[in-house]
Amino acid sequence: MPQQVSVFAENRPGKIDRLTEVLEQKSINIRAITISDSGDYGIIKLLIDKPAEACEALKEIGIAATLKDIVAVKIADKPGGLHKVSSILARKGINVEDAYGFTIRESGQAVFVFQVENVQKTEKILVDEGFTILSNQELYYI
Amino acid sequence: MFWNEQLETIERKALEKLQLEKLRKALAAAATTPFYKKVFADNGVDVSRITTLDHLRDLPLTTKHDLRLSYPDGMVAVPRTEIVRLHASSGTTGKSTVIFYTAKDLADWADLIARSMMATGTTRNDVFQNMMGYGLFTGGLGLHYGAERLGCLVIPSSTGNSLKQIELMKDFGTTVVHITPSYAMHLADVVSENGINPPDLGIKKAYLGAEPYSEGVKKKIEGQWGLDAYNSYGLSEMNGPGVAFECEYKNGMHLWEDYYIMEIINPDTGERLPDGEEGELVLTHINREAMPIIRYRTRDLTRIIPEKCACGRTHRRIERIKGRTDDMLIVGGVNVFPSQIETVLMNVPEVGNNYQIVLDRHNNLDRIHVRVELYNKMFEGDIKALDALRKKIVERLKALITVNPKVELLEPGSLPPSMGKAVRVIDKREI
Repeated sequence: MPQQVSVFAENRPGKIDRLTEVLEQKSINIRAITISDSGDYGIIKLLIDKPAEACEALKEIGIAATLKDIVAVKIADKPGGLHKVSSILARKGINVEDAYGFTIRESGQAVFVFQVENVQKTEKILVDEGFTILSNQELYYI
Repeated sequence: MFWNEQLETIERKALEKLQLEKLRKALAAAATTPFYKKVFADNGVDVSRITTLDHLRDLPLTTKHDLRLSYPDGMVAVPRTEIVRLHASSGTTGKSTVIFYTAKDLADWADLIARSMMATGTTRNDVFQNMMGYGLFTGGLGLHYGAERLGCLVIPSSTGNSLKQIELMKDFGTTVVHITPSYAMHLADVVSENGINPPDLGIKKAYLGAEPYSEGVKKKIEGQWGLDAYNSYGLSEMNGPGVAFECEYKNGMHLWEDYYIMEIINPDTGERLPDGEEGELVLTHINREAMPIIRYRTRDLTRIIPEKCACGRTHRRIERIKGRTDDMLIVGGVNVFPSQIETVLMNVPEVGNNYQIVLDRHNNLDRIHVRVELYNKMFEGDIKALDALRKKIVERLKALITVNPKVELLEPGSLPPSMGKAVRVIDKREI
């Protein structure tokens, strides 16, 4: 099951600089990054190729970081692509807590990445509906 | 375990007799100093007529301000050549205050510290690492000589340089430490970051001091290091550390009554309060040649525990210091001690070691900001949990201080780690 790294961050300059410096030193590649903000502080989420290693490296320098399980589903990169997935999730009563997406270069496909309460259940629902769930390796090395 | 069983378990009657003898000597010496000569004359005090301990209450109180007025040597009772050392307080608010010692004063002080340490079970078999500042501050040298007197192997490592401190602990098998509570917590983090589980270092006891701390912080340090922490009490005006110390029962601090006469007064009226009631601690030093100080207002709030202690010592105990009368914050008309806020914070597992209280005034209303560092290991990774945590802290604080606090969550390590005394309260209000 893929994971992303969640980092606690005060809202101030230099924060991303410190994070990315560590990742560069450890030769960790970032697939995607999002920042959600709540005024004084926020959460930075990093989709990276070596999440466990990155999380440890960040903790070592005193950053509050943790691993979160995610669902990554492959969708078509065309109008209505995301809607196909979201309608299933809605029908099954699955609440998306936090999400983002990105396209896979020149493939006509995209990835929708999100956090939910029950990852395994959600993955099964989507597989049953014919969607492709990306594994760790597939997701980290797209 | 007793250092001097006869003195420590002395009958109350005999102790009072000893106190009176020593008090009369101290008063006679004080009467020769420029400061007390004037005070006694102004207040019509004839020291030869003080013939019971109860007469002490007729003497005027001495304050920190008096010590500053008599700077540098207006309270000295011996010739300059008899004095072998001085210590000075930091003097953050004005001129520092200076305390002088004869050779006998220093020897007696070391003896009292040896007695205090032994009361906690420390013996000559222990290795004592003294991580307090050496210098004008009494904490470092005070315990240093006491521990030597007791016969410990003393490591005078002083403050800072965490990696060296850890190396010394490992290489020499430190069993007892003297440390500020904020540095103890910081050092535990450094030890963990270096891949060592702090309890594996085998430190059995900690004497915490030099800055106020709550029972919550003490418990936290005991848990982090797997040791017993002992409360102690001291102030430079009364020598320094070792005025009162917890024994192995850790239930209040024995105030060494053969060296000090204690009273509890109402801080507003100066009236003496009965045993068991909370008020300001007033101390008379009856065991110092160089600088006798009579009825000194410590500004520390506590109460005397009148009941006997199971250890058999007859010297009465005082409760842990609730706060200083000058530490008390008045926020929106409500009295708050920083230690109360600290207790709330330290009972929240997600809160790390460091915090800061910032006060300011906006549109004539007091505002209180509490800035807390998040504890690395308790971070759950989402905003929802952080918001819930912030709300929990706000509610718990609000129950205590009634004013709605602003709570800021900070990254671990964003507040300056303290090596010496931690600055926890920043008051930006202009009055």
